[in-house]
Amino acid sequence: MATQTTDLGQAVGSAAKVGMPQLDFSTFSNQIFWLVITLVVIYSILSRIALPRISGALADRADRITNDLAGAEDLKSQALAAEEAYEKALADARAEAQNINGLMRAEIQGQLDEELAKADAQISARTKEAAAELAEIRNSAKANVKIVAKATAKEIVAAMGGTADAKTVTAAVTARMKG
Amino acid sequence: MATETHGEAEAGLVFHPMDQFQVTPLFGAGPVEWFTITNVTLWMGLSILVIFAILVLGARGRALVPTRSQSIAELAYGFIYKMVEDVTGKDGVVYFPYIMTLFMFIVVANFLGLLPMAFTTTSHIAVTAVMAMAVFLAVTILGFVKNGFSFLSVFWISSAPLVLRPILALIEVISYFVRPVSHSIRLAGNMMAGHAVIKVFAAFAPLVLISTGIGLVVTPLSILAITAIYALEVLVSFIQAYVFAILTCVYLRDALHPHH
Repeated sequence: MATQTTDLGQAVGSAAKVGMPQLDFSTFSNQIFWLVITLVVIYSILSRIALPRISGALADRADRITNDLAGAEDLKSQALAAEEAYEKALADARAEAQNINGLMRAEIQGQLDEELAKADAQISARTKEAAAELAEIRNSAKANVKIVAKATAKEIVAAMGGTADAKTVTAAVTARMKG
Repeated sequence: MATETHGEAEAGLVFHPMDQFQVTPLFGAGPVEWFTITNVTLWMGLSILVIFAILVLGARGRALVPTRSQSIAELAYGFIYKMVEDVTGKDGVVYFPYIMTLFMFIVVANFLGLLPMAFTTTSHIAVTAVMAMAVFLAVTILGFVKNGFSFLSVFWISSAPLVLRPILALIEVISYFVRPVSHSIRLAGNMMAGHAVIKVFAAFAPLVLISTGIGLVVTPLSILAITAIYALEVLVSFIQAYVFAILTCVYLRDALHPHH
């Protein structure tokens, strides 16, 4: 309540403030000034520092992900190649085993045949030998039978009281034995 | 003083729903000149600091696996970048920093305004109108620079029947010039209305101190209402910033590709 003019000024001011401060045009220049400064500052912060930094981080991550995916693809193809090589080695080994198996079998078969032939030859030789021995035994037996027969015949004749002429006995025994 | 007499009718309740929007000098009580440091300066400066904290300090690590704060910065970046790319196309991406500036300022100012005792800079038509006019002028100039006079074909809807085209052209011209108005009033109006409604409910809240009978009913109800409106305002704060940014993108697309 100092002077009437200030009272009036306050009344006008408060009336404007009580209504809508948004329509108080006296503050517009102030707000616009600070808004322009604010936007310029935000724009320079964003364009100079923030956005390049964030986009850099995002690009780095995207690069890393693509690289990792490519690496994974590489490793996968390597694993496939390794598996293929393994399969091939396995098949090779199997074939070789088959081969060796066949060779061994043939060798054993050869040895077996050889041994068999040897054994056959031995057996036939033995058989021949045995047959010869048998013939010899038979011959000697015949001779022995003749001697025994002659002696027996002589003894029988002597026992009968006759005298056995050696020549006659031999002839008779020989004749008998032939018959 | 008018509100106080109104308040005395309600047995001591004080209604000042619009006081929160007053622009006052921070130091002293002089008149508000264009350069005066006011609460506008304070809250705009705070929004700069918050944006700096989110987008610069938060994204400082540049870690391959982002930290939480870095995720927020990257989320904001990706959100707006994708929006600009989707709406305006590949050639609109060069204007991404401008749209990001607008979006970040509006969204941060909106959320700062939701703090108790805060001043909401985006609730002022002066602020939103400047941004909307800047968008309008930039988009119009850009349209003529990029397309020459064929930019005017944005008003000539070639897919409509020939008879209707002049009428549609008139409507299109009017709607084109109304754009900055709706663009700015939408944001300021939303922010102002929500905050004013909260203040009105806040004025009812202490009724229990004045008259215990009605107050037992009114006070909890108004506190509940403040909570509900506040939740709504959180949503509105984000949505209005998003709407402002996406409309800017839509206008930009018209400037870059006027033939539709």
